[in-house]
Amino acid sequence: MKVLVNTKVNGTPVQEAVTPRSSLADFLRDDLGLTGTHLGCEMGACGACLVLLDGAPVHACLVLAVQAEGGTVETVEGLTETGAVADLQENFHDRNALQCGYCTSGMLMSAQALLARNAAPSRDEIRDALSGNYCRCTGYEAIVDAIAATGRARAAATESAQAASANTEAAE
Amino acid sequence: MTLHIGQPQRRENARRHLAGRGRFVSDLALPRMLHAVFVRSPMAKGRILDIDTEAASLCPGVLRIFTAADLNPRCQPWVGTLDHFAGMQSPPMNILAEDEVLWAGHPVAMILAHSRAEAEDAADQVLVDIEDAEPVTGGAPVLLPGAPRANEAADSNLCYETLLETPDVDRAFAEAAHVVEAAFTFGRHTAVTLEPRAVVADYDPASGALTVHHGTQTPYQFQDVYARHFGLPEGKVRVIAPDVGGSFGMKLHVYNEEMGAVAASLILGRPVRYVADRLESFVSDIHARDHDVHGRMAVAADGTILAMEVDDLTRIGAVSAYPRTSAAEGNQVIRLMGAPYRMPDYRGKLSVAFQNKVQTSQYRAVGHPIACAVTEALVERAAEATGCDPFEIRARNLIADDAYPHVSATGYQFEKLSHQACLARLREMMDPDALRVEQAALRTRGIYRGFGIASFVEITNPGATFYGIGGARISAQDGAVVRMLPSGDIHCAISVTEQGQGTETIIAQVVADQLGVAPERVSVTTGDTATTPSGGANWACRGAGIGGETALRAGRQLRDRILTLAGALVQADPATLRLAGGAVVDAASGAPRIALEEIGRIATYRPDTLPHGVDHSLTVAHHFAPVGYPFDFTNGIQGSLVEVDTETGLVKLLKHWVVEDCGRIINPLLVDEQIRGGVVQGLGPAFFEECQYDVDGQLTNGSLADYLVPMAVEMPDIEIAHIETPTQDTILGAKGVGEAGTAAAGAAAMNAVNDALRPFGACLTQTPMTPLRILDALDAALKERTAP
Amino acid sequence: MKLPAFEYLRARSPEEAWQLHSEVEGDAVYLSGGHSVVPSMALRLQAPSRLIDISGIADLHGVVAQDNALRIGAMTRHAEVMDNPLVARHAPLLALAAPHVAHPAIRNRGTLGGNLALADPASEFPAAVLALRAEIEIIGPEGSRHVPADEFFLDLYETALAPGEILTAVHVPLPPASRVFAFDEIARRRGDYAMVGAAAQADLEKGMIVDASIAFFSVGFTPVRAKAAQAALIGAPLSRESVARAQASLAEDLDPPDDPGFPAHRRLQLARVLLGRVLNQMETRP
Ligand SMILES: Cc1cc2nc3c(=O)[nH]c(=O)nc-3n(C[C@H](O)[C@H](O)[C@H](O)COP(=O)(O)OP(=O)(O)OC[C@H]3O[C@@H](n4cnc5c(N)ncnc54)[C@H](O)[C@@H]3O)c2cc1C
Ligand code: FES
Ligand code: FES
Repeated sequence: MKVLVNTKVNGTPVQEAVTPRSSLADFLRDDLGLTGTHLGCEMGACGACLVLLDGAPVHACLVLAVQAEGGTVETVEGLTETGAVADLQENFHDRNALQCGYCTSGMLMSAQALLARNAAPSRDEIRDALSGNYCRCTGYEAIVDAIAATGRARAAATESAQAASANTEAAE
Repeated sequence: MTLHIGQPQRRENARRHLAGRGRFVSDLALPRMLHAVFVRSPMAKGRILDIDTEAASLCPGVLRIFTAADLNPRCQPWVGTLDHFAGMQSPPMNILAEDEVLWAGHPVAMILAHSRAEAEDAADQVLVDIEDAEPVTGGAPVLLPGAPRANEAADSNLCYETLLETPDVDRAFAEAAHVVEAAFTFGRHTAVTLEPRAVVADYDPASGALTVHHGTQTPYQFQDVYARHFGLPEGKVRVIAPDVGGSFGMKLHVYNEEMGAVAASLILGRPVRYVADRLESFVSDIHARDHDVHGRMAVAADGTILAMEVDDLTRIGAVSAYPRTSAAEGNQVIRLMGAPYRMPDYRGKLSVAFQNKVQTSQYRAVGHPIACAVTEALVERAAEATGCDPFEIRARNLIADDAYPHVSATGYQFEKLSHQACLARLREMMDPDALRVEQAALRTRGIYRGFGIASFVEITNPGATFYGIGGARISAQDGAVVRMLPSGDIHCAISVTEQGQGTETIIAQVVADQLGVAPERVSVTTGDTATTPSGGANWACRGAGIGGETALRAGRQLRDRILTLAGALVQADPATLRLAGGAVVDAASGAPRIALEEIGRIATYRPDTLPHGVDHSLTVAHHFAPVGYPFDFTNGIQGSLVEVDTETGLVKLLKHWVVEDCGRIINPLLVDEQIRGGVVQGLGPAFFEECQYDVDGQLTNGSLADYLVPMAVEMPDIEIAHIETPTQDTILGAKGVGEAGTAAAGAAAMNAVNDALRPFGACLTQTPMTPLRILDALDAALKERTAP
Repeated sequence: MKLPAFEYLRARSPEEAWQLHSEVEGDAVYLSGGHSVVPSMALRLQAPSRLIDISGIADLHGVVAQDNALRIGAMTRHAEVMDNPLVARHAPLLALAAPHVAHPAIRNRGTLGGNLALADPASEFPAAVLALRAEIEIIGPEGSRHVPADEFFLDLYETALAPGEILTAVHVPLPPASRVFAFDEIARRRGDYAMVGAAAQADLEKGMIVDASIAFFSVGFTPVRAKAAQAALIGAPLSRESVARAQASLAEDLDPPDDPGFPAHRRLQLARVLLGRVLNQMETRP
């Protein structure tokens, strides 16, 4: 028997009847056509399926679609449209931090969450934040580099914004 | 004039992936598509007594259940042997087990349902009654006469054996000052591509056309396989390989499930999707390695390597893989032994044995990691025996950079390599003297670090002697169609394929340089047998070397066409013109004569204005097959720095270095990441990855929770340098690079671990080097030291 | 790896949960984070006909410091266990354990209650609550009760929870200022289940250990209290000798399974190494 689920996916309210056994990943991919969320293991071990649920990365393979009731889901497609990860994407591109691209959306989710918590992570902290993201192609280093570069750029931008606002305050 | 070749051009297609717009076969949904799930043998060996599908057929959503009798007759069985492997045997393989099951995971029935979930529900309801038999899972004893057979259809468990030797090898050993030796075991591991194997077979009975969307690296090979094994005209078979979520050799073999999906689509006349889930991947994707090697090395008093002798026993599955066989890896193991060294004499024996496990076959760096680890571990022992340091003994024995061409003791012909230059460069990067000082200081504090190095050669750009000679219908040539569009933009359709290594990007760079345009103006199509010319596609590191050369030559032909046409238009001798900056320019002065868009406009829309008889076709097709050497070997050296926790056996990988010579570098950004990815695929099996089987032939760690892949935290940063020795066999001069990282990473790491453990006298000769194996080695060494 | 079909229902109160649970006797499973239930169903190791989502029950939420204990609601996610300042202050072993539990995204969903109710012997939190001498708050049709951690973990995946009962919270006694803590594990890769792990706390008076509480995980069917090792430490200063005594006495405490891939003697050896390291961390902690 299907259950009605109300969620917001990439900013748009979605109301769909789903079978309880559908994972959030299958729901996003099969019902909503959001195939940027990938499946690599369906048991929480690879990170290919990470999406943001209420702002935090979760494994869409381990969350039932019905558990997303009332929640807010953001996938790589949504984050791309809003530009929220544009700088990360640019740095991944510059650094060739992806090959087949199958792990990439999950990597972006982990990176985004890390940088939200820790603006200037060390390489070890970055690697730690990726501890659940498997990539068979890159060997990880380029991904670490791309995240580190994004962190530095974001930190610098915040600093200069703060300096600017301090200046205006001082002027007042 | 070279403009874009050699530049770190970013990959245009990476943008799609970054935006979540990859198009993988596993994303594809077609109208009326059915989902396939296979019921698999739970036992490693046995006889099927009964398959009861009645309850399953009543499950909701189930459309059809096939067993061998309904499905197999639709498909010609396949046999994984090659003629040039003399005496090789392998029984035929069918889609579903006929009556004997050969490994735990062997498909016995196929369910088609409206969803994957419903097909899985039904699979649970299929009752398979198998009379189980003792599986063959062991080592050398399986080859003894009278041993139980893994496959009753084979004469014995010996799939293939061969011997290579030089006439003087025994004398070399007899006269050696030292003979060092060791027995090695290389664990079985598997590819674990992040996107599992995926296929959507779509047969249209109305037109008789079969379209197969197939996550593979070799679409043309599958076009041929599907046509022949299903009795279809080749022209009616189209294979499309869109984005592929990792391949590494694993996705070019013929598998029961893909053949099953095609057969089912032919029978049902609807699209059939099969996407392996991770559990199925572990029991159906090819595994790799699984070798026991006994190796000896004869060394002169001054450290000169005189000869090697190796005996490799490799255990495959119960049949040999098709169409490349399961013997090719062992064959490469015994041929690559000692390859970087001047070593004049050699004996290599190979035995390939059947057993009741998942079949093994080619996976990234086929044979290389084994040959390299054995050779380099023996070199390390030779250094110890003769009092040389690791750099010194290699400097003494590596083929001199001016001693080419050279033929190895195993018969490989090397055009030109740069081992000595690589060694010197690695020495600068690693600073071994400083590492020794640090090592000594840390040891006093109970911290055990070690470093190790490993030289290697890599087989790239194979010609037709690789498979074609053995009767395999595997193309050694590649083809490209390059055309200029009316706008002056360029399009290249080419047979080499893209799995993220950057094929399309480098092809665009190569073509751009021939035509004097920016790579952004060159669009590249790959991976579709209907829209690209036929060719070998991607295997054995041939994309850049052979595909790149194909594109280069096609590009030059188009250039000549454009210049001829331009000559007619601007009334100049084409020899005085060249292409640059998107225009035809005067060759001497560089002054623009006519823009490409103008030529495109006239050729396309106003051919009537051209002088009579001028050919205005701006499309060329060109095919290229390697000529000259049978392979373009590459070479390099790697270094590894590790810290071993001798109380727990855990190893921390601190740093890794690679010096690599892949000839002309088309795109350094992509080359370096190929190497890094390759290194990690070598370190994984060195420390973590292993398909563990119990005595009953059950894979006991067949999930991503239990099979340990290398993850970010455990992997080191990897520093890379290059030496560039272009091959003279081609204009482009590029060789392959995809397997270099994997070839020697494990060997360097094993030497590093053993260097760290030297104060204890402990030594590892088995991979993966797990904490328990390290503790066992430490215990064994302690016992030896304290034995009376 | 698709889940077998089931019915999904949400419970808003414990009463409703029991009701829904009892309707399909023996065939219903509570769902908290779902990060153990869902993968085990995907592997078809488990096929309950009904999943009852208890995550909406108010009583399972929140972290509050009460008179003499910290109450941590069952629905507290691993990530919150890791970051919550009250947990860090009053139940530091849980905060120290949390980074070792799986990976960041798993920690965003997995719950403390689900983790303890599952009682995976390789899991970090059960050993931490054992070492903390916490109490498990349980509510069931018969009423509410507190079970000491020592009596909660009974056997492999078996706890003091009766069918239908709900683990509502964990109560951690507020520690005296002099208490020191350490947590560590030996794992192949970051976030993996450990080959062996340990949680320990000790009370020191004038340099002497007056109380010690040590629990191991990944050493058997349940988390295991190392009683002999505790005894070997109490009454002496934390010194090389007392640590060695404690390590030696571990053989009395631990009886790890003997697996051809991981022999018992090795696990014991690693447990000794780890105990040494954990005690050493305590010593160096301010
Ligand atoms: C890839 C992966 C790696 C992991 N690694 C680790 C690790 O290293 N260490 C570790 O400790 N754990 C690990 N876990 C497990 C993770 O911590 C689980 O989420 C946790 O153990 C269970 O919590 P949950 O809230 O998800 O429980 P659920 O899956 O919802 O439930 C688990 C069980 O407990 C029952 N249950 C849940 N809540 C209650 C309650 N309040 N009262 C009574 N019964 C209840 C359920 O019915 C079920 O039987 C891992 C999980 C995954 C997927
Ligand atoms: S698919 Fe969800 S973690 Fe692998
Ligand atoms: S880029 Fe292929 S898995 Fe990461």
